[in-house]
Amino acid sequence: MKSLEELMAIRDKARAAMTDREGNGDGIRIVVGMATCGIAAGARPVLNAFVDEVAKRGLKNVTVAQTGCIGMCQFEPIVEVFEPGKEKVTYVKMTAEKVPEIVANHIVNGNPVLEQTVGAVVKD
Amino acid sequence: MRELSLNVLDIAQNSISANAPLIEIEVLENTEKKELLIGIYDNGRGMTAEQVQNVKDPFFTTRTTRKVGMGIPLFKMAAEQTGGSLDITSEVGKGTRVTAVFKTDSIDFTPIGDMDSTVLTLITMNTDRDFIYRFGIDDRIFTLSTQELKTILGDVPLSEPSVSMWIKEYLEEQTQNIRGGVL
Repeated sequence: MKSLEELMAIRDKARAAMTDREGNGDGIRIVVGMATCGIAAGARPVLNAFVDEVAKRGLKNVTVAQTGCIGMCQFEPIVEVFEPGKEKVTYVKMTAEKVPEIVANHIVNGNPVLEQTVGAVVKD
Repeated sequence: MRELSLNVLDIAQNSISANAPLIEIEVLENTEKKELLIGIYDNGRGMTAEQVQNVKDPFFTTRTTRKVGMGIPLFKMAAEQTGGSLDITSEVGKGTRVTAVFKTDSIDFTPIGDMDSTVLTLITMNTDRDFIYRFGIDDRIFTLSTQELKTILGDVPLSEPSVSMWIKEYLEEQTQNIRGGVL
């Protein structure tokens, strides 16, 4: 069974690790649309997959957050990636399965997965 | 929505938008009465009597990106199609209480789904808010309070990956315990 004592140990470990992480305010923001439209289309597993993938890779300069309706409900789940100094990239019709590829290519290596973006999908 | 837990996530987002510092979520099953109660209670900005009437109407919304608001209507439909009901009470400046009752033996009962995932998402994505989650079957009830967790954690956020992982496993264990080891 999980105990609160265990949580205390996790806290102490996390606190030690946190100090290495300070001073990197302007990182990449991954934002998942979580209004009724997004949730109904499957945004929850997409959000969780991003959180897991970022944690698994120990990416320190990346935050995963949620937002409301992005305004293109027919393309939900929608994920926007904001990178300082670069144009916003909007991924549409996301699934949890697509997340590792996007994290590897775009978030880690800086190459957006163009075929999953709104520009590529909406044309057809 | 495929699972009621997704409706809960959606309705709780309204509490977040209403700037509620504390959001309580209750999922209580009564096996004798074959009823499931889901409650989402907040101390956010609240609504007027007119707004309460309006939110049940799918063509009412406060959002600006489009003209329909489906959150409450979908949740209401999910409850009513089982022979249950949805009730909203609200007071400006005090908060809002949304309570839905479902008949679990109805063929149109939507499964609860992954409540743990909904609760974890809410907690880790809104670390500036507090949540109290109660899950129960008959007299076996489990409560998780982020206020308690924050007391232990101090300056370590709930969104810290190792902390989130602990909360996830803790939720799963406690839920399984309530369900008597049968998932």
